[in-house]
Amino acid sequence: MRDADGFGRHPAHNRENGSFRTRAPGPESSSGERSRLSPQLLAQSRPEAGDFCQTRRVFGALIRIDSVTKRYPDGTVAVDRLSLEIPDRAITVLVGPSGCGKTTTLRMINRMVEPSEGTILLDGKDIQQQPVNTLRRSMGYVIQNAGLFQHRTILDNIATVPRLLGWGKERSRARARELMDRVGLDGTLARRYPYQLSGGQQQRVGVARALAADPPVLLMDEPFSAVDPVVRKGLQDELLRIQEELAKTIVFVTHDIDEAVKLGTMVAVMRTGGRLAQFAPPAELLTDPADAFVEDFLGTDRGIRRLSFFTAAGLDLLTAPIVAVDATAEQIAARDTADVPYLLVTDLDGRPLGWAESGELTAGSIETDRLLPHGRPFAAGTDSLRAALDCAVLSPTGWAVAVDGEGRAAGVVSQQTIAEAIRGAHANSARTTQKVAP
Amino acid sequence: MSGLFDMPSYLEYSYFGLVGLHLREALIPVLAGLLVALPLAQLCVRVRWLYPPVLWVTTILYAIPSLAFFVVLIDYTGLSETTVMIPLAVYSLVVLVPAIVDGVRAVPQETLAAATAMGFGPVRRYLQVQLPIAAPAIIAGLRVACVSSISLVSVGMLIGNQGALGNMLDAGLKYDQPRLVWLSVGGTAVLATAVDAVLIGLRLLLTPWMPRGARTPAVKEATG
Repeated sequence: MRDADGFGRHPAHNRENGSFRTRAPGPESSSGERSRLSPQLLAQSRPEAGDFCQTRRVFGALIRIDSVTKRYPDGTVAVDRLSLEIPDRAITVLVGPSGCGKTTTLRMINRMVEPSEGTILLDGKDIQQQPVNTLRRSMGYVIQNAGLFQHRTILDNIATVPRLLGWGKERSRARARELMDRVGLDGTLARRYPYQLSGGQQQRVGVARALAADPPVLLMDEPFSAVDPVVRKGLQDELLRIQEELAKTIVFVTHDIDEAVKLGTMVAVMRTGGRLAQFAPPAELLTDPADAFVEDFLGTDRGIRRLSFFTAAGLDLLTAPIVAVDATAEQIAARDTADVPYLLVTDLDGRPLGWAESGELTAGSIETDRLLPHGRPFAAGTDSLRAALDCAVLSPTGWAVAVDGEGRAAGVVSQQTIAEAIRGAHANSARTTQKVAP
Repeated sequence: MSGLFDMPSYLEYSYFGLVGLHLREALIPVLAGLLVALPLAQLCVRVRWLYPPVLWVTTILYAIPSLAFFVVLIDYTGLSETTVMIPLAVYSLVVLVPAIVDGVRAVPQETLAAATAMGFGPVRRYLQVQLPIAAPAIIAGLRVACVSSISLVSVGMLIGNQGALGNMLDAGLKYDQPRLVWLSVGGTAVLATAVDAVLIGLRLLLTPWMPRGARTPAVKEATG
């Protein structure tokens, strides 16, 4: 409904590529109405990006940052004439090297830093016009190292904002328990104190605390930077899952471009001096960096990372070179084709066991422990081309194994076939693919 | 002839009466000092440049001998308990002000940022976040202040019968009664130790959130 509602309302956006990042505030901003951009519209405005970002929905701007500058008394400019439209119900990531003003920008949204020039509108209303503590209580805030209140129990930490809003003690705690469950914290931790939790658990408490009063906006300042990579990945996946359920407007600050690409619906790359370098969906960022700075910041493997946005569902999987462990001599002979130098052996349920060289298998006496390892398989329907390529590169035979939802071998595919699919995906802009987890 | 705790009549109190007086004369000044130190310390936290001069002043006040205080104060408050307690309250500031300032300043920046971002006003943030987290440091300051105050009360004997256990010591020395000397010195030591123990207990009671080594099995230890 939103989409239909917004479609065609802003014909101006169709005119030029990348208008989303550069256009001046339209008339609807002055009247306080939220502009709505449909996915179709975005797709049209960016032909080469639209084809694989269609499924990432972008709604109207909830937070509008309008030529905001932050200048400190000593003359340092932290943020320089920044204009951003932060879309509603999506994750917008501010990313850039240290000193690029990303945290300052975030802190201006809840007025922990006041801008020197420019305005910030929340839902069409100037944030300067609202009482500061009311504004802040309507925005969840998560920071590095969680910043938990060490003198309060986990439950009371999470119940903080509801208590500030005047909820009763019991209602606040009931709400806090609900959130512990939502962020994947065991209920037995409720009465513990922060020092008794691991870094990852503390960060979950931080997220729960920010969500406690169900604020429409969530501000996250490098929340996962201080935890180890495994825990970080878990927290990122958890955030995406929670976002799927709650659809908050999230502004997320990080210096990690991989995190930005993984989490962001929109990514704002900022450069030193507090200027915006590019504001685009991650797929477009990887395909079409605005300048040398963005390209450099994205790193050397942006081509590989971009493959995360192409699905592997369209790959031509070969089912011929797959035999079960109890295969007869005729079956083996029939499967042993000249174009594939290996045979994939599966167990009786069809799960892959390993590779055998062509002509090596003898019916009835297949020794499973002498097979070549097949490596980590990819999910045929849901994984990305990046995952498929990774499997093929790591496989000792150069062939990747695709599995279905039950882990049964769905087919095998060679590096060459994947390479062709990549070329096809790049060339065929009409093809619809979706972003899947790398 | 007489019991261990019998007191000569010129001391005006029973032994435990003297102990009670001693305790009162020692602790009320510390309490008064705390009431002055809390806002003073908050001022020093908010106005950073104020902290060094405030520290100098408290140190200089601490260096003034109590006798000098008494000479000035007698004109106003006479030979009373108040005259003994005012210098003691002033002396406690030299410990309490830095204890509170350092304690409040040691609250992690991210905790403060989180509190601000969640919509705590400055007063609420001070009372509900900064002070509770600074409590261990403040109680550590109180322990030093109390013990020092308990030992200093004895100088009250300089203005007559206001030194509590100090007067007893004085009497014991003057009239060569080792029993009184021992009762006085021992009593002071026991008093100081007891008050210190109460404050440690108070700290344990107020800060269940502090890591306490082996006493509380932490999740981290259990899993790592």
